[in-house]
Amino acid sequence: MLDQANFLVPPIYYVALSGILFILGMVGVLLRRNAILIFMSVELMLNSANLAFVAFARSFLDVNGQVFVFFVMTVAAVEVAVGLALIVAIFRTRRSIDIDELHSMEG
Amino acid sequence: MFGTESIPFYQIAAPILPEIGLLILLLIVLSADLFLGPSRRRPAGIIAAVGAFIVMAANLVVGLGMVNNEAFAQPVLGGMLRYDMLALIFRTMVLLAGGLTCLIALDVPKVGQQGEFHAIVLVATMGMSLMSAASDLIMVFLALETTSISLYVLAGYLRDTPASAEAGLKYYLFGAFTAGLFLYGLSLLYGFTGVTNIYALAEPLGRQLLDGTNGSFALALALLFLVAGFGFKIAAVPFHFWTPDVYQGAPTPATAFISTASKAASFALLVRVFGAAWPDAVVPLWTSILAAVAAITMTLGNLLALVQRDIKRMLAYSSVAQAGYTLMGVIALQSDLGVASVAFYMFMYVLTNITAFTVVIIVSSATGSDEIKGFAGLSRRSPCLALGMVLALLSLGGVPPLAGFFGKFFLFSAAVEAGYVWLAILAVLNAIVALYYYLTVIKVMYVDETEDTSPIRAAQAPTIVLAITGAGILIIGTVAGPWLAWALAAAQNVTAMVP
Repeated sequence: MLDQANFLVPPIYYVALSGILFILGMVGVLLRRNAILIFMSVELMLNSANLAFVAFARSFLDVNGQVFVFFVMTVAAVEVAVGLALIVAIFRTRRSIDIDELHSMEG
Repeated sequence: MFGTESIPFYQIAAPILPEIGLLILLLIVLSADLFLGPSRRRPAGIIAAVGAFIVMAANLVVGLGMVNNEAFAQPVLGGMLRYDMLALIFRTMVLLAGGLTCLIALDVPKVGQQGEFHAIVLVATMGMSLMSAASDLIMVFLALETTSISLYVLAGYLRDTPASAEAGLKYYLFGAFTAGLFLYGLSLLYGFTGVTNIYALAEPLGRQLLDGTNGSFALALALLFLVAGFGFKIAAVPFHFWTPDVYQGAPTPATAFISTASKAASFALLVRVFGAAWPDAVVPLWTSILAAVAAITMTLGNLLALVQRDIKRMLAYSSVAQAGYTLMGVIALQSDLGVASVAFYMFMYVLTNITAFTVVIIVSSATGSDEIKGFAGLSRRSPCLALGMVLALLSLGGVPPLAGFFGKFFLFSAAVEAGYVWLAILAVLNAIVALYYYLTVIKVMYVDETEDTSPIRAAQAPTIVLAITGAGILIIGTVAGPWLAWALAAAQNVTAMVP
């Protein structure tokens, strides 16, 4: 019989990966100028948090973290619906989704 | 099935009474919208407004009736919510703001004639109601996002108008980014403790810190992420960049709603999370971070408000500054006066800002622009509107005997009591700067001449709103005692751990 524990990846690896994904997402939001790409980077940030939640939940053997992830995924789906609708609305009014061109209001 | 041990039904239903009521109301409004013809949808908005007021009254009556019950100030629904005085008071605020928003939107073209607008206001109100009572990280995130996502839709509601669509997208991108930061902060907190209930966080966090070495950096990071998330919701510097554009571009009723109810609910949540979740060792760290944020927020908000020519942008920067003042109460959270001053200030702020935006809606629909210039000669075109605006601006400026004076007074004394004398002095100086731009608008209304002297007539619904809010500002200002007693009751046991 193989010892199952030997095959488990330590949770810290997952957390490190989630940290890297989170930083990638954050840098993406700050550097990209295309609304769709910003939006994808935000999704990456949310999913990196999901990964951290699952890893922590596994290490605590606690179900709350897993439940949290389901709710976050639902919220992310809702955000996609509203976000894409807003991007389409912007595209219809100005034929561009470059956020540097969004400066009709000044002051 | 219902043994003697089981909890009576009203004890289960009472803590989520506003949510139940709003959900039923939402279905009624949506079906009214469906069955009324496209040109006859006005009743949907009236139903939404009256319904919100009824839910508010019912929640208040039931809540006050339960204050002495042993089920009060206890976790409910598996610890997701906590039904206490803080929740009761802030729920009253957001329901009032939701109802008033539906009323002032009624006569705004392309906005109030559609049931959807009112329905989304009700959904956002539901999210804010949950925010006021949320006591579990899962519920905190869900309530915040329910509110935020509905508000993105409201900001971009006039999707064919470039300014509104732009406001919606900017609000959305900022909001989604800070929600990502906030969520990662929550995941770090969970990673430290293995629990998601706010009231259970402090003890394991404190233990982790005592263990030393590992994790104080990550805990500071979690704290910063939470500050970012809340900073966005209350429009604190440096997370305020969306504020002027969203306030200017969004339909004005939506602006009124975003600037009042959303800010009030966020402060309720901020008080609860920061009051209960941090162990004593972290308190000096977060109070000094928030003190710095408060100082920068009030100063920058007021300085930028000075140079604005658009009334909605000016009120936007003014609301940034107001968030800075209110943060002083959060810093003084350790004392009862801190929480009470936040509750009191937010109550007066909701009434005051809705008054101001209602006047803006009426005047700008008559003059066709949002420029401060458009208010010239308002004292002759409509003395009542000018008077309402004066009440609102002087209350925002903190002039006695209006509600804003006592609000500021309590905040300042809370800050002094907490040992932040320098912050209180800075706030007083800021209040003087703020008076300048508030008085400028009053000067434009009363002194400046205008070519167009035709009287401005207000419709019935906004007049009712102005009567309610104007009376509220005067009553809270002149008889502050009972309201402060209420607010002090809100402070009871907010930070106490679950026994």
